[in-house]
Amino acid sequence: MPLQDLAILVIDENRIRASIIEDGLREAGHLRVTVVNEINEVARVIERDMPDVVVIDLENPNRDRLEHFFSLSRALRKPIAMFVDRSDAAAIEAAVEAGVSAYVVDGLKKERVKPILDMAVSRFNAFARLTRELEQARSELEDRKVIDQAKAILNRTRGLGEAAAYALLRKTAMNQNRRIVDIAQSLVTADSLLGPEE
Amino acid sequence: MSLIALSAGFLPLLDSVLLVLAREKGFAAAEGLDLHLVKESSWANIRDRAALGHFDFAQMLAPMPIAATLGLNPLSVPMITPMMLGLGNNGVTVSAELRARMADAGAPTTLEAGPVGAALAKVVRAAERKLRFGVVHQTSSHNYELRYWLMASGIVPDRDIEIVVLPPPLLPEALGSGGIDGYCVGEPWNTVGVKTAGAHIATVKASIWRSSPDKVIGMRAHWAEANSEIVAGLIRAVHHAAVWCGERDNHQEIADIMAAPHYLGLPAERILPALSGQFDIGGGVAARVPDHFVPYAGAANFPWTSHAAWFYSQMVRWGEVEHIPERARAAAMTFRPDVYRSALTPLGVPMPLADSKVEGLLAAPTEVASTSRTLVMGPDGFFDGVRFDPEQIEAYIAAQRG
Repeated sequence: MPLQDLAILVIDENRIRASIIEDGLREAGHLRVTVVNEINEVARVIERDMPDVVVIDLENPNRDRLEHFFSLSRALRKPIAMFVDRSDAAAIEAAVEAGVSAYVVDGLKKERVKPILDMAVSRFNAFARLTRELEQARSELEDRKVIDQAKAILNRTRGLGEAAAYALLRKTAMNQNRRIVDIAQSLVTADSLLGPEE
Repeated sequence: MSLIALSAGFLPLLDSVLLVLAREKGFAAAEGLDLHLVKESSWANIRDRAALGHFDFAQMLAPMPIAATLGLNPLSVPMITPMMLGLGNNGVTVSAELRARMADAGAPTTLEAGPVGAALAKVVRAAERKLRFGVVHQTSSHNYELRYWLMASGIVPDRDIEIVVLPPPLLPEALGSGGIDGYCVGEPWNTVGVKTAGAHIATVKASIWRSSPDKVIGMRAHWAEANSEIVAGLIRAVHHAAVWCGERDNHQEIADIMAAPHYLGLPAERILPALSGQFDIGGGVAARVPDHFVPYAGAANFPWTSHAAWFYSQMVRWGEVEHIPERARAAAMTFRPDVYRSALTPLGVPMPLADSKVEGLLAAPTEVASTSRTLVMGPDGFFDGVRFDPEQIEAYIAAQRG
């Protein structure tokens, strides 16, 4: 059976990540890839597509439900083995680290499934990096907002200009061995407590 | 002295409370352990990450370590249970519509498994469609006790009622419009169903199988052997947490601790009923279930090999595994009273002298043979009065095959 004949089902409530994986599988020559974001559709899709491999994210609270469904389903032939091979500890480890799990129809050759799992793992990791960077960018933006607020408070209460206000925050942070944003946050909190009631 | 770091997985359920208290009240630290608790999203994740050693141990459904030892799961590694995380805590909750039909069929609001089950059987026979009930996992005490209750009430699971699996936090909203008519789950998710989905608690685990276990500490057998001192320290820490949790005066503080977003993430008043046994069972009806969740009393943390044997008998009953005597022995030996005893003997904790007991022998609270002072246990056993004698497991399995 050529590569494209393997039916692969990707279950992921995160649409962006799901489409990243789908793209990867298609680039690798898999043509029969189905993506499901809504858990309630899974039963119908499995009966229709009879997947050979099911890939699901580990954050999904419906994993227990899926396993039970697989165990009842006539569409998936006999017991489904998770991951590729019980002896392949490194591959399993990598998958769980990345946050992905796979279910495979019994009897499917390891060398046929391994590349699919490897691809899913690498795409999951890439997605995690992406979101981490996004988080970081977001929190830097938040930090800047808090520092700007603190500077405005110092300007209002002590008449400090922007540069002087920042210098004061920085000096205080260094003296107390804390981050500038923490000092700024304390000042904003204190100001809201001490300020006029709204 | 630096603490030894231990990581453990748990699911947002009340009976993770002993692990939470071991950490939050300093019982783990006093044993030299830095307990790191990781909230998981599914039992499958708990199972896989415990098997891989990502967790040193985990809160598990009582039958899970048995299934792992018997190789019923992918990634199976031999597991042991050195300690139980209390007794009870489950309930069976039904939609308002089903409760109304059960009431018409004569179901009382006393939570008694027998008459409630009889009324449900009448509803099932008259129903124009197959009812559907949710449980949290196939290999769970919930699944086995729900099925036991149904069968003993004259309802054949799968044939008369469909049983599906859903994660605990999703059960309340799945009721009614969500496609299920009832569910069996641990607290606080019965109370949440009453408060948010207009549901009714129909019966409780404490009535279906009195003094029965639900969640356990599960860990890899090899790891436990290689780290016996750490395991002993963990057992002592959880023991102190269990004693503390059993004190009524601590209930409010416990509910406040469990309410935190990184534990249950629910208001404390949703958590209190399971601790106090004072329930709103729906429709403004109050009920008192003193033994709903028993964290310590009556040897609640003691890992009876007979409990493991009963779970095994139900795995056989529902076709998950075929019975052979060696397998029954391996299943029973997954629970390790010897490990529990050796950790707590130095503390003079009263413990049963037996490893195994006949379920259904104690009709009332009874003083039993123990290591020191007095130990009062029970009542125990099943609501239908059928006894389970682990020495007669073959006959029990044969009788259930019917």
